[in-house]
Amino acid sequence: MKKILNGKAFVLGDNIDTDQIIPAEHLVYSLSDPEESNKYGHYALSGIPLSQSGLPGGGLAFISGEDFTSKYNIIIGGSNFGCGSSREHAPFALQVAGVKAIIAESYARIFYRNSVDGGFLLPYETPFKLNDQIKTGDEVELNVNINILKNLTTGKTYNLRSLGDILPIIEAGDIFKYARQAGMIA
Amino acid sequence: MFMTITEKILSKSSGRKGVEPGENIWLNVDILMTHDVCGPPTIEIWKREFGKDAKIWDKDKLVIFPDHYIYTKNPQANRNVELLRQFTGEYGVDNYYDVGTERYKGVCHIALAEEGYNIPGTVLFGTDSHTCTSGAFGMFSTGVGNTDAAFILGTGKIWEKVPESIKFTFDGEMPLYLTAKDLILKVLGEITTNGATYCALEFDGDAVFSLSIDERMTLTNMAIEAGAMNGIIAADAVTEAYVKERSRNPYEIFKSDSESKYKGQYRFDVSKMEPNVAKPHSPDNLDSVRNVQGTKVTKCYIGSCTGGKLSDFVSAAKIIFGNKVKVPTYIVPASTSIARQMEVEAISGVSLKQIFENAGCVVAQSSCAACLGGPMDTIGRATDGETIISTTNRNFPGRMGSKKSSVYLASPLTVAASALTGSITDPRDFL
Repeated sequence: MKKILNGKAFVLGDNIDTDQIIPAEHLVYSLSDPEESNKYGHYALSGIPLSQSGLPGGGLAFISGEDFTSKYNIIIGGSNFGCGSSREHAPFALQVAGVKAIIAESYARIFYRNSVDGGFLLPYETPFKLNDQIKTGDEVELNVNINILKNLTTGKTYNLRSLGDILPIIEAGDIFKYARQAGMIA
Repeated sequence: MFMTITEKILSKSSGRKGVEPGENIWLNVDILMTHDVCGPPTIEIWKREFGKDAKIWDKDKLVIFPDHYIYTKNPQANRNVELLRQFTGEYGVDNYYDVGTERYKGVCHIALAEEGYNIPGTVLFGTDSHTCTSGAFGMFSTGVGNTDAAFILGTGKIWEKVPESIKFTFDGEMPLYLTAKDLILKVLGEITTNGATYCALEFDGDAVFSLSIDERMTLTNMAIEAGAMNGIIAADAVTEAYVKERSRNPYEIFKSDSESKYKGQYRFDVSKMEPNVAKPHSPDNLDSVRNVQGTKVTKCYIGSCTGGKLSDFVSAAKIIFGNKVKVPTYIVPASTSIARQMEVEAISGVSLKQIFENAGCVVAQSSCAACLGGPMDTIGRATDGETIISTTNRNFPGRMGSKKSSVYLASPLTVAASALTGSITDPRDFL
């Protein structure tokens, strides 16, 4: 796993629920068939009202045209990110779209767990509000070694909460791969 | 080091001297519970990951209650129960409570209590968001997805993030017209559906410890509606007596240190509280029954892990006794044991079941039934244009069936009073 991630930020508000991340009508596609599962990327964040899509200005599409990957690969969220249903399709869709990490004030618990245990993405937390300090399209650099996010566009740096014991799970790939490496399971 | 009850139980389960909120730790799981909706996919992931020689970490610690979609002709629903039957037969899982047998129980969270799986001081995970119900026994219990459940099934371990705790203290004497449901609806109205995200909800105070086990379970059951990881009430003599009747397993009673840290603390005097409802379409849309009284309803529903316990039916029967209902009213005992007790428990010599039948209610078989809508042939399911008042836990759009229906959540007393008038009615009018 790369420990220093560079990319463009996509900024969202508070209480982004799983229906906004991947609307329920799209949960019919196979998650294992490569071609069909790309649709999850194509429809990722398609439930976000346009005015709230890509803050502060809004009106920015996360996915362009027929693409299934986004030019934005780090999401900056607010509080209670991923609330609502327990659908594992939500972090999966963001992963297919190319998202490597989310940085938010807090997460709904099951979304957080699904993100980590399925190895879909890094769910970083901040001890402060961040989604009013970064603009969609800003170039950011996430350093997983020292838990620091640097906004390369403004030059500001932000200290993030350590991922603690869950980082090795994400590094391994998912909870099962981690457990095999750690000798917990055969 | 001062700790809350949740922190103490998680310390024990992780083999540490102490834990702090925010830490990610590995827990040893005492019980894994699953049901007909999430059991089959959990088993599929477990087989995929552990191969054809997959072993259950400890089959005495796996408990399976089919309960969601039971009395239905839906073939996929019935196939799920058949998959559980095959799996538990093949692997020799004794703690399986099969449909169509004497062992069948009904709603998992209530059956866990009745069958002696809720043990103070232990850690229980389940593939259902309302697994937090078991916290009424001074234990840690919470819901997980299928992947996590499959991991537990193979290893007996899972990681968890230690939650911050929020404490709700209820003082005073419970008035006759008030139930635990009124208290938890008040909590949700105060802190909203994300007010306890990733937190533990701890309930304390004289009023809480004056409640029966049934009523305590109503409080912890709806902790998830605030986004909480778990709800918890320290075990006391009432809990001990209940547990000793049902289990020989050792238990350990933990209590929060008075100096322990809380993210928030709230205090209520129950003697000054009113019967509450959650209006459509969210459990935190709090109002008093008085403010919405007179709202016409098309159906009344008393059932589920939240409001289908024996105490809920005793409360409802007090109001319904000797009267007739004005709108279709469904009585769905959460478990088969509750259904049997309803034939024994009586008011003035008339059994609860007879009281409801005499009043014109439909007494249904035990299962989750219309609490979550379910297949089209589910009894009590909401249809287009209905306004329902229900003792269940969620009133999101479409939760009880039709997206074109509205659901008010209320106590069994309020639902019973409303059944007699056909509109939302304050139970004080009948008490």
